[in-house]
Amino acid sequence: MTCDIILCGVGGQGGLSVSVVIARAAMAAGLHVKQSEVHGMSQRGGEVLAHLRISDREIYSPTIPKGKTDIIFAFEPLEALRYLSWLSVERGTVVAAMVPILNIPNYPDIDSVFGEIRKIPRARLIDADTIAKEAGNVRSANLVLVGAAADLLPVPPKAIEKEVEALFSRKGEAVVQANLKAFELGRHIQHA
Amino acid sequence: MVLSGDEAVAQAALDAGVAGAFAYPGTPSTEIMEYLQEHIGEAAGAAGTVRVAQWCANEKTAYESALGVSFAGKRAMVSMKHVGLNVAMDPFVNSALVRIHGGLVVVVADDPGMHSSQNEQDSRLLAEFARIPCFEPSDQQEAYDMVRLAFDYSEAHEVPVLLRITTRLAHARDLVTTAPARAVSDMGKTGDTYAWVLMPAMARRQWAGLLAKQAVFRADADAASRLELGSNELGVITCGLGRAYYMENEDDWAQAHGGERPTHLHIGRYPVGTEKIGALASRVGRVLVVEEGYPYVERDLRGIFGAPLPVAGKMTGEIPLAGELSADSVRAALGLSPREAVAAAAIEVPGRAPQFCQGCPHADSFIALKKALEGEVEFFAASDIGCYTLSALPPWNAVESCVDMGASVGMARGAASVGQKRAIGVIGDSTFYHSGMTNLIDAVKYRTPMTLLILDNGTTGMTGAQPTISATSRLPRLLEGLGVEKEHIRALEAHRRAIEADAAAIREELAYDGVSVIVMVRECIEWLKKARKS
Repeated sequence: MTCDIILCGVGGQGGLSVSVVIARAAMAAGLHVKQSEVHGMSQRGGEVLAHLRISDREIYSPTIPKGKTDIIFAFEPLEALRYLSWLSVERGTVVAAMVPILNIPNYPDIDSVFGEIRKIPRARLIDADTIAKEAGNVRSANLVLVGAAADLLPVPPKAIEKEVEALFSRKGEAVVQANLKAFELGRHIQHA
Repeated sequence: MVLSGDEAVAQAALDAGVAGAFAYPGTPSTEIMEYLQEHIGEAAGAAGTVRVAQWCANEKTAYESALGVSFAGKRAMVSMKHVGLNVAMDPFVNSALVRIHGGLVVVVADDPGMHSSQNEQDSRLLAEFARIPCFEPSDQQEAYDMVRLAFDYSEAHEVPVLLRITTRLAHARDLVTTAPARAVSDMGKTGDTYAWVLMPAMARRQWAGLLAKQAVFRADADAASRLELGSNELGVITCGLGRAYYMENEDDWAQAHGGERPTHLHIGRYPVGTEKIGALASRVGRVLVVEEGYPYVERDLRGIFGAPLPVAGKMTGEIPLAGELSADSVRAALGLSPREAVAAAAIEVPGRAPQFCQGCPHADSFIALKKALEGEVEFFAASDIGCYTLSALPPWNAVESCVDMGASVGMARGAASVGQKRAIGVIGDSTFYHSGMTNLIDAVKYRTPMTLLILDNGTTGMTGAQPTISATSRLPRLLEGLGVEKEHIRALEAHRRAIEADAAAIREELAYDGVSVIVMVRECIEWLKKARKS
């Protein structure tokens, strides 16, 4: 079993903490995990990218080879399109948030961005912000996405919930509950 | 523990009983010192043992502090990014000649692919230049193990050891098994101070000694390299992280070749030993070299007269000469067809360049500078290394150069000295302390007509907001001390509400026929956020 995950978004969206949640849950399940991210220039409104590799065997490359990725979590829809050639033809899919971050002058027409994402088999476009607000904290949108792909992850939802509690506990009970709720609401989205 | 490469290096130093660690921030090495500072208090040490982990003014000062720790008989580490080693080159090369006492490990993080750097120089060549051993881990566990080994090796052979890591290793996380921590050792001050006085007579003796050690370094590197016999068609030599990218594809190569794997030699230490390479070469029909950075081992294999068997690698183009390795580029070099992948998007996906943070004081400084230069044709705005370099890009297009730490001051001065009008240096406070001050002394000496803008945000912002070495309040006095005339040292508020006044002040100083310094003051937004959190 291997599960290669790309997490991408725009600097400041906090996608990397979600990577930690999934990684810790996988490690607790005794799986091999490698996480890779690049810091520095990629902050401050620029592209942010992390690779997360999970396997029951030894993992070598810290980054995912092209054509091997199982899931792209895109916290911003345009960012998903940047990494399509990393997706596996047989297994790969995209789970993307719908709200664009319009900090560049030449952002493409949003419907054509959605159209490109919908071309990917099993792609899931999620109105994560609205659902996160419903969960009580708009900053929990990333966990809505993780919930929306919970069935594709190699760890059970309970394990994710446990790591969410551990990671957010220092931010207080309200934040923990909002993130747990976001994850749960994500899990119950019906996919076409 | 789950650690990034940087954290593994830091944890290993703590467990190896490091007494003094020093650094200047620089991606991808910054997290080494951040981790050390966070954990050094809780690390084991005898009662009364002093352990320090400190940011320094620049890599040279950091290096020299580490040398002092070694002289005093304790273990020392200095960490930096690859271009930082250029700054520390003087102590680095000369420290190879002294008789290292407490173990000295020099950690240099290279940035192939230039994720956050201005070049992709390969520090293995600089270790060779200094004639010291270089260790290069292939994963986080090896980074941990090698640092501990490097301290022992440094003390045993009385030389500094360079640990070379690269961006992907520094910033990727993996499970690392640690070994029991040892206490801070204290050997007492060196008993051979003559071996630290590099006057010609002593330096010649030390140099001869260092040259004599080379054969030992080579033999030890050879013994540490790992040869796995396989196919006699292909031999693969991997170095550092190259091993990971090769192993990612090894199964597929074997599948395409009747189950047989290539003969594989992994090299993790330099100068390169020769025996195992010889054993590999006598077995296989051709060799592929997979190394991150320059074709360093590959160049040696080819020599001037050429290798006795075909060698593939960066010099012949099987692997790209520029940029970092990947599992994909190594796959192609192995002759395997690319994995089938989803097609790229049918619409153009525009890049998203980094930008100034919302409310960044630099943005206001550049609005003021552009206003001051409005209508002017003749000017040269030299810049430096930091977040403010982003102002070279649209929509700002405010500065015109970025070369190395401190260069803005020297380049503006040099241009002004031969007649360039409105020569302006734009530098951050941290970069000014790092390497800008000495240039300013030159400008003062020659009364060069130039204006220096110091963007004083109180922090090293680009690397995640580490504290600047000196406080904002002390800067005007420092400038006076350097000889800048008091009436041409202006402290301005870098703020939207002060733009008109700031622009007028900049215009006034640009008109002055001498050295003027304008300090644009306001705290970094990221720094404020970080300070509020802690």
